[in-house]
Amino acid sequence: MRTLLLALAASTALIGAAGAATVYPLDRATILAGSPFDFKVEFKGTVKAEDVKIVINGADYQPVLGGAVDFIASEKGKDDAALGSAVLLRGVKIDKAGAYKVDVTAGDETKSVTWDVFATPEAPKAKNVIFLLGDGLSVAHRTAARIMSKGMTEGKANGRLAMDDLDHMAFIGTSSTGSIATDSANTMSAYMTGHKSAVNALGVYADRTPDSLDDPKVETFAEALRRTTSKSIGVVSTAEIEDATPAAVVSHTRKRGDKPQIVGMFYDVKPDVVLGGGSAYFLPKDVPGSKRKDDKDYIKLFQEAGYQLATDKDELEKAAGSEKILGLFHTGNMDYALDRMQLKKGTVETFPNQPGLVEMTKVALESLSKNPEGFFLMVEGASIDKASHPLDWDRAVFDTIEFDKAIAVAREFQASQPDTLVVVTGDHTHGVSIIGTIDDDKPGTDMREKIGTYDAAGFPNYVDADGDGYPDRVDVSRRLAIFANNGPDHYETFRPKLDGPFEPAVKSQDGIYVANEAYKNVPGAVFVEGNIPRDGDTGVHAVDDVVLQAAGPGAEEFKGYMEESDVYKVLADTFAIGVKQ
Amino acid sequence: MAGSSFAGISRRALLAGLAGLSFAGVARAGDSLTFDELYGKVSVLGLAFSDKTKALDGKSVSMRGFMAPPLKAEAKFFVLTEIPMALCPFCSSDADWPSNIVVVYIDEKTTFVPPSRLIEVTGTLEVGSWTDPETGFVSLLRLVHASFETV
Repeated sequence: MRTLLLALAASTALIGAAGAATVYPLDRATILAGSPFDFKVEFKGTVKAEDVKIVINGADYQPVLGGAVDFIASEKGKDDAALGSAVLLRGVKIDKAGAYKVDVTAGDETKSVTWDVFATPEAPKAKNVIFLLGDGLSVAHRTAARIMSKGMTEGKANGRLAMDDLDHMAFIGTSSTGSIATDSANTMSAYMTGHKSAVNALGVYADRTPDSLDDPKVETFAEALRRTTSKSIGVVSTAEIEDATPAAVVSHTRKRGDKPQIVGMFYDVKPDVVLGGGSAYFLPKDVPGSKRKDDKDYIKLFQEAGYQLATDKDELEKAAGSEKILGLFHTGNMDYALDRMQLKKGTVETFPNQPGLVEMTKVALESLSKNPEGFFLMVEGASIDKASHPLDWDRAVFDTIEFDKAIAVAREFQASQPDTLVVVTGDHTHGVSIIGTIDDDKPGTDMREKIGTYDAAGFPNYVDADGDGYPDRVDVSRRLAIFANNGPDHYETFRPKLDGPFEPAVKSQDGIYVANEAYKNVPGAVFVEGNIPRDGDTGVHAVDDVVLQAAGPGAEEFKGYMEESDVYKVLADTFAIGVKQ
Repeated sequence: MAGSSFAGISRRALLAGLAGLSFAGVARAGDSLTFDELYGKVSVLGLAFSDKTKALDGKSVSMRGFMAPPLKAEAKFFVLTEIPMALCPFCSSDADWPSNIVVVYIDEKTTFVPPSRLIEVTGTLEVGSWTDPETGFVSLLRLVHASFETV
């Protein structure tokens, strides 16, 4: 037995050594022809520069890639730990499409990867692209939004969502390079660069060194548009504008938490319209409320660069039509639609005049469409995810309805300007499902017995008397029963959280999350034991596919199953950015 | 019939009730300050300290709130928050705390208090931006040389 184990260990070690080097971009990477990227080889051990041999399609790699070679004899990890040697070339590119097989050897370390360098058609298919991303948008959010917004009679929806009428679709795989699971950074980064990456990474491959800003970069869609077109660019979100999804349009960092630096990356690319929350990272550190650690005043810098500043709904209306707009409507994430429109909870009292996603989308389209060369607009319904994490389904669905109304605005624009591609998708999903209804009028006080399943579910009794597409109230007597399949320890109240967003769990002195006692005494509340590790504070992302839908020129490329990184190619083809426009 | 109005019982109301119940008999030093009183004006372009906060700069002040778990186990400070905090695992850095926090510096190491327990902290109020040289944590309001008790 012992001999067998030793033999096994030895053979494993051999395999390990033989395949030790890591090459970025990774095997099977898809790379836009002419698009700059960083090339890096990480050797497991220390190798000599003269022993390193890299060939691409059998020829020396340097003429193929261009750029200057940086040989790092020994990369340093945490506490100066030796990580091994590395070869790094920044900003290289390959102009000609095709398969590129990269063979690396140094001593007994070898690695082979093959890249697919793709071209695009010569002529663009569309002038404009509106890319609408519902953060965390899952099938349950859509179904709940349709039922809450439109109602249902005898099993048929009483109306259709805007997203129900997009005519091409695909299932999208969201997994990251290091895991089947995923987050909003690497997912949006894959959409916006064509390269998959690791959880928390934006516009880079995740290398082994601790510095979050030195990882091998790939070009973002905004950078590609700046390089090849004169199109305008807009980024709109209800989150902090430097949060992962909007950040992915312009950013390069291994760590999505590098928010002060991400603001600087926005400033470098200068999207023409930037609307969202997160002003705290634009303010110099001496201003109370700032979350910067330096004296940079990005509000001032953007203004000096010709941006019209808007800090609330009225100022946004006034700024409409300006060529460049910086709209920041909250120091942090903007409030949920349900709080902004109806409940006035969260931080609505402090920021009472926030615009919604619909107003922001309208203003962005008005400004961007003035460019005769066209535009790319990214609109994020961020709060769908932000409410889904704490299992606050009423808020998540309300934000889904608002997101759908932003889609309707995009579709109206497309009706008047048909040379526009509209893409609607999520970045990842949540473990959430609708299983029936909760009926307060059922007898007794045991909430579990008030849940209607199968035939007993019937139909909920939401009312939209004012016809605005939102139920007039969410706390109706027979409402949707929406549950997560995962979460921390928490109290299930079976009711909408009318007094503020749900905080299911709080951190204990042991660093684990325990059920928030504040909900313990809500009538009918029951303790639900969590099923994720105890250091998890809220519900987690699901690994389930995302449903992408699209309409307009270019949309025909969406079909079947696609990786998130494949979606980038459709955007690239639509604008034909493989060639300079 | 269980009406949906029951859902109107708020966490804040519950906590306020808790605070009210335990208020009697707590010895208090100096002036008291609440989270609601910290800032006079809150806007997208920054916050402004309230007149009361400015007037209490350098004075002994008592505040009630909840102890957020320290960023580092060995840290000599903790964050006092208005409500019990749960921070997201992807973005748990000092920059992601809400604006209305107070950083408490304690002279002696102490045992950690459960996050749902209301505490009253007494210390000298410091007003204005300050970067902790050890951790890089930037704070606007601090209670220094502080002590606390559960209430």
